Amino acid sequence: MKTDLDIVSPPIPEEILQRVEAKGINRRDFIKFCTATTAALALPVSFIPTVAQAVEDKRPPVIWVEYQSCSGDSEAFLRANQPTAGELILDLLSIEYAEVLMAAAGHQAEEAKNQAMEKYKGQYILIVEGSIPTGAGGGYCTIGGQSAVDDCKKLVQNAAATICVGSCSSFGGIPAAAPNPTSAVSVGSLVPGAAIVNLPGCPVNADNLTATIVHFLTFGKLPAVDRLGRPKFAYGKRIHDNCERRGHFDAGQYAESFGDDAHRQGHCLYKVGCKGPETFHNCPTIRYNEGTSWPIMAGHGCIGCSEPEFWDTMSPFYRRLPKVPGFGIEDTADKIGIGLAAATAVAFGIHGVASCFRKGDSMEEDKTGKEG
Amino acid sequence: MHEIHYVWQWPVRICHWINVISIVMLSITGFFIGRPFMTAPDTSLYIMGWARMLHFSFAYLFTVSVAARIIWMFIGNEHASWRSFFPWLTRKGRAEFVEMLRYYTFTGKHTSRGIGHNPVAATAYFGIFILFIFQIVSGFAIYGQFAPGGLWDGILGGLNVLVGNQWLRLMHHGVMWLLVGFTINHVYSGWLMDVKERTGTMSGIFSGYRFSARKDH
Ligand code: HEM
Ligand code: SF4
Repeated sequence: MKTDLDIVSPPIPEEILQRVEAKGINRRDFIKFCTATTAALALPVSFIPTVAQAVEDKRPPVIWVEYQSCSGDSEAFLRANQPTAGELILDLLSIEYAEVLMAAAGHQAEEAKNQAMEKYKGQYILIVEGSIPTGAGGGYCTIGGQSAVDDCKKLVQNAAATICVGSCSSFGGIPAAAPNPTSAVSVGSLVPGAAIVNLPGCPVNADNLTATIVHFLTFGKLPAVDRLGRPKFAYGKRIHDNCERRGHFDAGQYAESFGDDAHRQGHCLYKVGCKGPETFHNCPTIRYNEGTSWPIMAGHGCIGCSEPEFWDTMSPFYRRLPKVPGFGIEDTADKIGIGLAAATAVAFGIHGVASCFRKGDSMEEDKTGKEG
Repeated sequence: MHEIHYVWQWPVRICHWINVISIVMLSITGFFIGRPFMTAPDTSLYIMGWARMLHFSFAYLFTVSVAARIIWMFIGNEHASWRSFFPWLTRKGRAEFVEMLRYYTFTGKHTSRGIGHNPVAATAYFGIFILFIFQIVSGFAIYGQFAPGGLWDGILGGLNVLVGNQWLRLMHHGVMWLLVGFTINHVYSGWLMDVKERTGTMSGIFSGYRFSARKDH
């Protein structure tokens, strides 16, 4: 009888491993990387050699640009502390331009970017970090004298595919939060209809980025996406539905405040504002920093950072629901509702008392009734 | 002197009472979902699980009842008809509406004395049906989130993107309070008319029968 244990991955061909070793990459790390990435993409193990082959021989040119960003996504990617994600992919990709990484600066760097764009037209992968400010004629963010608006449009139009990393390039993120002083927009709304995939999150999860690149290399196209342009393999499930605290949610065990007994017991963070029920991301399964931890595991509620306009709609972060527009910050929907219900009851109570005492509104039929 | 009329046909009454029960249950369980006021001492309990289970079960019941009532608006008698919710479409209706409103505001002496919906109430019911539909639509949109690509997500999931799922939740929560306010108003007006008009306002929704006063103007 065949059991799960019998399903072993077909071996990665020896030539590939040798070529990888020749590049100075440890073969064990390479095998681990290919296996983990195949798993992250939810592909069957039989795809491991295909993934290995794609990753090994493509070495695609990559341009990584930043506009209104905090470099958090670059950091998340580079700090991936095992060779698995960051380092390895850096060896396997040909990074033509990346502000955080490159040695060149100034006009020289811009020159390199333009050359890469021309040389690899329609072939390079563009990675965008940060939102694009459209206000003041694009003047809020210029690079080498060129506005982010123009720069981004040109790069996206000439790319084979664009990957938006982080919530800012995917949805506008924090720069686009109300009142959005720079009229910041996402790449998708700046260049509608282009081949774009969104990897929101604050920051992006490096493993999801790697998996998306590998998917592109393996299949020649971007992964299947949801309504918000996010790959289904990473954003197809709600945090709440995969959360390790879900048992406490269903039972009815909640932390009421940080540091209380229930919080220390690891109970559900719903009442301290967890946005897991409204957020789609694979944090509970893939976690951050090589699977070390993730916010809810560390005892803090989800803040919904991978959802559009999270800064406006997921805040106050320590309350479940947004502030009711037009009311004070302390007025929750329930306080307002109870006020409304009480006011209605009082108003109709008074109306009722007044109606009891009113004269002359009795029906004609009453009189006939009494007479007859 | 009094004529007896069969006003509220059985589908109207059944839907009415199913709506009452479901709204009460949906509000209690919904309030609990929004603000879990009970804490379980250990994991052997399943309080939130049950609250959500009941909320979703009554949600389906409520949806079927509202849908049935809407269908009946096109089949039932004149008092059940969709036209009865738009009294101001006819001149007579407008006159009665004004008369009723004046009665409520103590500026007129007489109620409008129809045997069906009073025209002010009927207008309110139109608004209430809109709120019902809103609750059903927003409810199923956020309900669909547990299964992206599933039935409800397929039908209504786009709303979560269009409106934003947090705003939908907030509005779904807020409309509960509007319905609480409506219920207070509704029960009070029913009582007032029962006392003042003596046409069987209260018993009518149980029995279906109401009495008409002789029209003398
Ligand atoms: C009279 C009708 C209804 C009332 C008064 C009502 C009330 C509520 C309230 C107050 C909440 C809590 C919202 C929050 O604070 O986040 C809630 C949640 C919810 N309701 Fe309703 N509801 C009604 C009908 C429905 C219907 C028809 C559905 C359809 C499935 C539905 C589905 C939901 C869902 C999915 C949630 C969120 C549950 C969760 O996140 O665990 N509701 N409801
Ligand atoms: S901690 Fe958050 S995501 Fe986890 S079960 Fe509680 S509410 Fe859901």
